[in-house]
Amino acid sequence: MFDQFGLLPIDVTLGVVAAWLVLGIGGLFLQNTRVITQYIFPAGAIGSLALTLAGLGGLTETSVAILPLGLPDLPFHLRMDALSSFFLLLLGGASIGISLFSVGYFRSMERGTLALLCLEYHVFLAAMALVFLADDAYMFMVAWESMALSSYFLVTTDHDQPEVRRAGFLYLLIAHVGAIAILMSFGVMQGGHGDYTFGTMRHTHLSNFWASATFLLALFGFGAKAGILPMHAWLPEAHPAAPSPVSAMMSGIMLKTAIYGILRVTMDLLDTQLWWWGVLALALGLITALFGVIFAAVQVDMKRLLAYSSIENIGIILVGIGLTLIFHSFHKDALAALALTATLYHALNHAFMKSLLFLGTGSVLHATGERQLGKLGGLIHKMPKLALLMLVGTLAIAGLPPLNGFVSEWLLLQAFLLSPGLPQPYLNMLVPIAAAALVLAGALAGYVMVKFYGVIFLGQPRDEKLSNVHDEGIHDAGIWERIGMLFMVVVCLALGVFPTIVILHIDFVTEMLVHHSLGASAAKTGWLLLTPIQAERASYGPLILLVIMVAGGLFTVLAVKKYYHGRLRRGPAWDCGYPAQTARMQDTAEGFGQPIRQIFEWFMGVIRDVPTPFDLHPRYHAETHDRLWNLFYVPIKQLNEMVGNQVGKLQHGRIHIYLLYSFVTLLALLAFIQ
Amino acid sequence: MNIPFTAQLINMCAALLLLIAFAMLSQRRILSLINLFAWQGLVLSISTAVVAYSSNQYHLYYSAALTLVLKVLLLPWILHRLIRKLNIKWDVETMFNIPTIMLIGLALVVFAFNLAAPISQMAGTITKSTLGIAMASVLLSFLMMITRSKAVPQVVGFLAMENGLFFAATSATYGMPMVVELGIALDVLVGMFILGIFFFQIRVAFDSLDLKHMEKLKED
Repeated sequence: MFDQFGLLPIDVTLGVVAAWLVLGIGGLFLQNTRVITQYIFPAGAIGSLALTLAGLGGLTETSVAILPLGLPDLPFHLRMDALSSFFLLLLGGASIGISLFSVGYFRSMERGTLALLCLEYHVFLAAMALVFLADDAYMFMVAWESMALSSYFLVTTDHDQPEVRRAGFLYLLIAHVGAIAILMSFGVMQGGHGDYTFGTMRHTHLSNFWASATFLLALFGFGAKAGILPMHAWLPEAHPAAPSPVSAMMSGIMLKTAIYGILRVTMDLLDTQLWWWGVLALALGLITALFGVIFAAVQVDMKRLLAYSSIENIGIILVGIGLTLIFHSFHKDALAALALTATLYHALNHAFMKSLLFLGTGSVLHATGERQLGKLGGLIHKMPKLALLMLVGTLAIAGLPPLNGFVSEWLLLQAFLLSPGLPQPYLNMLVPIAAAALVLAGALAGYVMVKFYGVIFLGQPRDEKLSNVHDEGIHDAGIWERIGMLFMVVVCLALGVFPTIVILHIDFVTEMLVHHSLGASAAKTGWLLLTPIQAERASYGPLILLVIMVAGGLFTVLAVKKYYHGRLRRGPAWDCGYPAQTARMQDTAEGFGQPIRQIFEWFMGVIRDVPTPFDLHPRYHAETHDRLWNLFYVPIKQLNEMVGNQVGKLQHGRIHIYLLYSFVTLLALLAFIQ
Repeated sequence: MNIPFTAQLINMCAALLLLIAFAMLSQRRILSLINLFAWQGLVLSISTAVVAYSSNQYHLYYSAALTLVLKVLLLPWILHRLIRKLNIKWDVETMFNIPTIMLIGLALVVFAFNLAAPISQMAGTITKSTLGIAMASVLLSFLMMITRSKAVPQVVGFLAMENGLFFAATSATYGMPMVVELGIALDVLVGMFILGIFFFQIRVAFDSLDLKHMEKLKED
């Protein structure tokens, strides 16, 4: 694509990375709100666009580079192959919309904070791009840690609030535990000859034991970043704490760096794949998906709800990875290609739809200053444009055709349905159960999205502040915010309507990782119909569906206008017998989630305050807790404290004891060297 | 016995050093402790001079002179002034069971001899047999620092340990290069001044030079 200028895709990518760093530092020194929002963020978006194009170009040709930076004799190796390019494409594409949205969103921010945020934002983008480019463990870890640190500072933008600091600390802690595991997995993978370039690791043959150790460490380490159970605890804390564009970027893009890492290590760097790895990933993914969606259903904070929904989607992606591993280890390459395509497709979809939703919550937050679902409601009248954009996002993430969420989940289910034929009888029996659980998660995701959209936008305002119609404080999203979100909406629609074209691009990645691609069979009947395996088995024509839906909708509207025109009467809804209807009569966020809470009560800790019948001011209050916190995190914390106390006893405060320590050490060392 | 006279002299100095180290270990009175330290310095100085004479290592004469000036005259004088100013000249320390400490000291001497045996075999110096004593006096001084509860005896223990190290250096390799020796001498002197200042500060802060009061500094 850039050949006519004599540039390789990797040159363009490095140029964008450098430009982002310059922009960030420039913003820090300029300290000018108008310049930062009106010039630097749009310039960053142009960089994202260039990165997207570079990613498209990089799918077809692999390019390498060596940066003479870093430690002496240890330069940074970079490589841009199909897998890197796909994720760079995802990064570039999603960050275009987020940067454009940020132009409007950060306008009212205080100057010094904005300058710092501008720096960290662009460093974060650059670090993620470098994670995808890295071709040795050293470069990878440097980029990975820069990404973790810059995002930590982004999360703690409002560090004057104690809960934000707490969330940031939790995030940093889990990120570092994960980074240690990743480092150890690279250490195992280099196989003892001390060369940490990925090129050497690809050619190193590990025994099954060490390969499994590498896989488990990588799954744990990257899982901590992705939010796989039980390392998910930071997600619902950090996402609400961060400013909305940052949440969008972390949830939409940063979680995918972990997916990239898992794919890179297991499918590319390790030369053998064992089938039980796939089963483990599949099981973990399913548990994560179900956990995420069930907890999302009972949340009352809109950003926490989206954070749990991110956990669910990461679970679905992990299920796809697990399925790919199972098929690949049994040498069913066509099926592995299908599962991998679905995985990558879902990662791409989630980047756009979850960013869109997080950006939307940002606009709602700016307009109302309220994150609690219990205080929102009826915003469709105050913010109609935002409501329309968000509707597309919620429908997409709920997995409804003809939008993109449907395509990837449908492909994944196709892969599941084709699984009979594996040489493991137990696996054959268990995989349909997994498929059923996945469908349950998908259905519950729809329920969650109905709650999310319904409680925020439909009905009547639940708070005094919102119910005043002439309130000037509540305004629709600004023009830049809408442009950013509109971009996301257009991409969501495009990904949903032209799946065959998308799959033809994903094919380069599947060709690289499982040596088989879907394109030939997927587009056999033309680009209109998507047929993953055979036309007679299953096919899906989203454009046809869209045309029928639009035509049907238009026909209905016209028919209603023609035959009922003039007979339309606007009146209060459900006015029969309710002379004094109030906003409190509608379903609340807690009420909507109540059935789920009832069914899965054993699964989560619920604390209820039920008022007595004689209470004059009764208040019902129910809170759900993550049981894993008590099962997993609290024991670790206690163990840590116990060990700390024991070690602390060494510190007596008496000089004689300290002298005795060094004396005994000296004697022991002398005896040892003797 | 065909040991030359100088070697016998050196052996006697080493024996005296060890004896003084034990004496310091069991001495409760601060004033006597400082005097013992001065005697130790004197013995060290004599033995260094004898080594210099017998091995024709002329730079060791300078070392001997340095030791004499610093450890026999200057440091004891500073310490004497200090305890007079701090008004602790006649202080007597309460100590952990002295016979037990002496027994531990004996065990340390055995350990040090055992440790020094292979090194002495390798060393080609006239003083090689005294290496065990040198290490023993280092360990004994360390033990003394552990068992003392007041600040001044600890500092004396620290200085005595330096004496032992110096003796070890002369007996194993005919002393360190002159630059290193001068550096160490300066360090000891500066350290002494700083510790002297500390004594006054500790006294102001805790009304006592007993180090058990410093346990309060521990963070909980």
